[in-house]
Amino acid sequence: MAERMGFFTDTTVCIGCKACEVACKEWNDVPDDGFVFRATSYDNTGALGASTWRHVAFVEQDGRWLMSSDVCKHCTHAACLDVCPTGALFRTEFDTVVVQADVCNGCGYCVPACPYGVIDRREDDGRAWKCTLCYDRLRGGMEPACAKACPTKSIQFGPLDELRQRAEERVERLHAEGTTEARLYGADPDNGVGGTGAFFLLLDEPETYGLPPDPVVTTRDLPAMWRWAGGAALALAAGVAVCFAGRKP
Amino acid sequence: MAECHPVGYQWVMEARARGAKVFHIDPRFSRTSATVDRYLAIRAGTDIVLLGALINYVLSNGLDFREYVLAYTNAATLVNRDFRDTEDLDGLFSGFDEETGRYDPSTWAYEGDVPGEEEPVEGGERHAEAAGSDSYGARGAGASATPPSDPTLTDPRCVYQILKRHYSRYTPEMVEELCGIPPELFLELAEAVTANSGRERTTAWVYSVGWTQHSVGVQYIRAAAILQLLLGNMGRPGGGIMALRGHASIQGSTDIPTLFNLLPGYIAMPHAHRHDSLDHYLEQEGADTGWWGNRRAYVVSLLKAWWGDAATEANDYCFDYLPRLTGDHGHYATVMGQIDGTVKGYFVVGENPAVGSANGKAQRLGLANLDWLVVRDLMLVETATFWKDAPEIETGELRTEEIGTEVFFLPAASHVEKEGTFTNTQRLLQWREKALDPPGDCRSDLWFYYHLGKRIRQRLGDDDIDRPARELTWDYPEIGAQRDPDAAAVLREINGTAADGRLLASLRELKPDGSTSCGCWIYCGVYADGVNMAARRTPHTEQGPVALEWGWAWPANRRILYNRASADPQGRPWSERKKYVYWDGAKWTGPDVPDFEEDKAPDYRPPEGAKAEHALAGTDPFIMQSDGRGWLYVPSGLSDGPLPTHYEPHESPVRNALYGQQANPARRTVDRPENPYNPALSPRFPYVYTTSRLTEHHTTGAMSRPLPYLAELQPEAFCEVSREMAEELGLENGAWATIVTARTAIELRVLVTGRVRPLRLNGRTVHQVVMPYHWGYSSGGVITGDIVNDLLPIVLDPNVYIQESKAGTCDVLPGRRPRGSALLDLIERYRDG
Repeated sequence: MAERMGFFTDTTVCIGCKACEVACKEWNDVPDDGFVFRATSYDNTGALGASTWRHVAFVEQDGRWLMSSDVCKHCTHAACLDVCPTGALFRTEFDTVVVQADVCNGCGYCVPACPYGVIDRREDDGRAWKCTLCYDRLRGGMEPACAKACPTKSIQFGPLDELRQRAEERVERLHAEGTTEARLYGADPDNGVGGTGAFFLLLDEPETYGLPPDPVVTTRDLPAMWRWAGGAALALAAGVAVCFAGRKP
Repeated sequence: MAECHPVGYQWVMEARARGAKVFHIDPRFSRTSATVDRYLAIRAGTDIVLLGALINYVLSNGLDFREYVLAYTNAATLVNRDFRDTEDLDGLFSGFDEETGRYDPSTWAYEGDVPGEEEPVEGGERHAEAAGSDSYGARGAGASATPPSDPTLTDPRCVYQILKRHYSRYTPEMVEELCGIPPELFLELAEAVTANSGRERTTAWVYSVGWTQHSVGVQYIRAAAILQLLLGNMGRPGGGIMALRGHASIQGSTDIPTLFNLLPGYIAMPHAHRHDSLDHYLEQEGADTGWWGNRRAYVVSLLKAWWGDAATEANDYCFDYLPRLTGDHGHYATVMGQIDGTVKGYFVVGENPAVGSANGKAQRLGLANLDWLVVRDLMLVETATFWKDAPEIETGELRTEEIGTEVFFLPAASHVEKEGTFTNTQRLLQWREKALDPPGDCRSDLWFYYHLGKRIRQRLGDDDIDRPARELTWDYPEIGAQRDPDAAAVLREINGTAADGRLLASLRELKPDGSTSCGCWIYCGVYADGVNMAARRTPHTEQGPVALEWGWAWPANRRILYNRASADPQGRPWSERKKYVYWDGAKWTGPDVPDFEEDKAPDYRPPEGAKAEHALAGTDPFIMQSDGRGWLYVPSGLSDGPLPTHYEPHESPVRNALYGQQANPARRTVDRPENPYNPALSPRFPYVYTTSRLTEHHTTGAMSRPLPYLAELQPEAFCEVSREMAEELGLENGAWATIVTARTAIELRVLVTGRVRPLRLNGRTVHQVVMPYHWGYSSGGVITGDIVNDLLPIVLDPNVYIQESKAGTCDVLPGRRPRGSALLDLIERYRDG
């Protein structure tokens, strides 16, 4: 398997141009997501979904306007992949998580499984869609469309280890310059999803950007649940057996 | 800049990462404001107060770069005894004629400049009439290159002292009162700008239409120029004033102009009654000293490029074939001519005046009164469909069946479907390859004009009146099945050739005797040695930071203009840190092409009677000016005064606190029923508006509203208002508001935001409304919306006739606007009430 590839999105240099959203749609042939004026700052696509695979959040605070381009996190422990009954979702040689549109049967199990609310089904065709980290471009030796289009290097693509190191250095520098609120989100391999392949440098709490503060892979307890269920079944069976065993022949 | 030029803005982000401090001054808190070190909210239309206060800060604290200022600017030059400043005349300069509303600029001249009898000096009435030569840093022919001066800068009539007095009342307190910027923020800006200027450091200013689209627009830029000259920030790396253009190749469309008053290379268009011969024209248009002293070579070479062998010395090189001005033929004068029925036909190419120009109703009434209209565009823009879906159809002011205009819509090729050059902000020509043929009937503009010309020429007779068109050189190779003219052949013609057909390498080869031809003298050298220099793409990794081998910058591939000023008078770099172009003992050298004669030593002094560049000393870096100096004070060439002065916008809710004169006295108004004005200081129109753009859309939306991927990002026309204003008026976030001016009313969605804040001016609160202008009623858009520019008045800067789009007054009502004729009733009530 090739090196694990990912995104480092440095929101401190995001200028909110949305080139990532457009480039993603152009390359991946993602349809428009409707024409709704949401009156939520400059954000009119709302959230990540089946037809928005990069989404720029605009957070208006007192004297500050935060902008951040969100994307599928490509989790180390990806619940969407765990629950997919058809194998449509798979882990690629770049350690990214991709849906194969020609395999997906639209069961939708993956949708509630995602702790970030990323993957979603399209109303018209029923199938589940999300960021592929431009799997086809990666196979062709190119970087993903969003990273390519980003004018300020807010979206950086590369081997995850390198990105994490670069991000640590960036945070250190920001701290040294007095931006003490700078922090990484998703870079920790010990977090609830085992670290994400797409992680972020934020200037505020994750909730501010619409990100869950402490996401946990929704299938984390699945083995334990099965163990408990198995135990319960065994106990039940044993009880039944005891009942029968107590009968007179 | 982040909002409208995100790709260029990456370098601002890069500069910040390297420690540059970035300020953003704007009425609107935009994406740029969000990503800089300090944002200063300013009332729209008051930038000259701020810039004037910075000038005053520099002068009163002795912070000017004195050695630079003395050697390279006209600070020491003495001005005519009869000159009176706005300080003397309560907001007027000497020479104002109340009756005509125009200036006679003769008292603004340098001491000793004697106005000719027939043509006093540039500017003033003649200039105001036809947006006269904004081309020449001249003071009229015969002016001395070394006017009288006082190097001690103490003479009350020297420019330095005049400047000091003119700006003495532009104080931090005045900035607070008029701009709404608190003194501590002003001082932070002033300290940063001055601390980052001088021998070791430079400061750059970047502006866009937020500075130009005012009734004092030209003077905004002049104010920045004064500041930069005082601080020694011109002609040096990291300095300058950068004009961001509003569209690809807008710089190109002024170099090879689509403007009525200019010929290629900023050569003035001749006037019908003043210029009866080439000699006469050349005599009057510009000075004999400085590089404009060679203008005969530029003009004759241009005439040779256009009329070839037909242009001979005997016939004045066909000078008579050039069209002539008879007055103002600018955009708004043309529209009024349409309404009056004197303009019968109209070409609209890649523009959408029905949405993009001020007072959209006047635009559409003009369109509806034409015999014929040709629209060339990528999309069926509003200008082409007004006859069926203009707002005036809904109100009943126009009826489709009564509109006689015959509309020809001709689909255009996009930039990837044609070859040619873009010339952008930094004067850089970049060649574009054609990727594919345009589909269907779509054709390039080059194709259209070339084949139109051919067809016209086929129909010409022997009549003398047709000679200019008949004898025009009009023979370009045609390429491919679509017979597109060869754009490279056009660029070669622009570059110019010698008599033997050799492509010229430099504008210095241009001759006044008809032996050279050149389609645009400042572009001469773009095809030197038969190489398309604009097509060069050596990556930055393979050349130095100045990147002389990426494209080609006019003139002569110089990347920083007037770069002689990057060295001291003796030719030494001002500092090691800011080393750029310098004298090495035998020639000028450095990483850029010197903007100076390579072998003119710093100690060169012109002999008596020298002409053109030879009249300028080895210490005169501003080589286009007749005296080689940067002009802090402009003795001629402007129609509204030699120094930038704060005037309130034509429509303002605030009295001018600096002078009795409220607005620019020389501003051009259009007093007609189609163009009613909001009275200044009117309580009916208490709010200040400014118009703006968004990253997601392009100009009138014709290139973005039809694209779902862009349209979904900003789907509806909206206005931004403060929380306080929303509360005061009962405006709800996401609901509708109606914006009213004397022209019309439009409805917009409301975005209530903390980014817009009420300004406190002298104890009074002023609310500002910010409106992006990208929407219209069609353009093949998947989204539509009311037209913001319909609200604007036609009131113009008197130098270049730009409309005042960036500051005006309005009223705001919650809810949607009335429909049909009820809309007219509402406006009527506002006008009468």
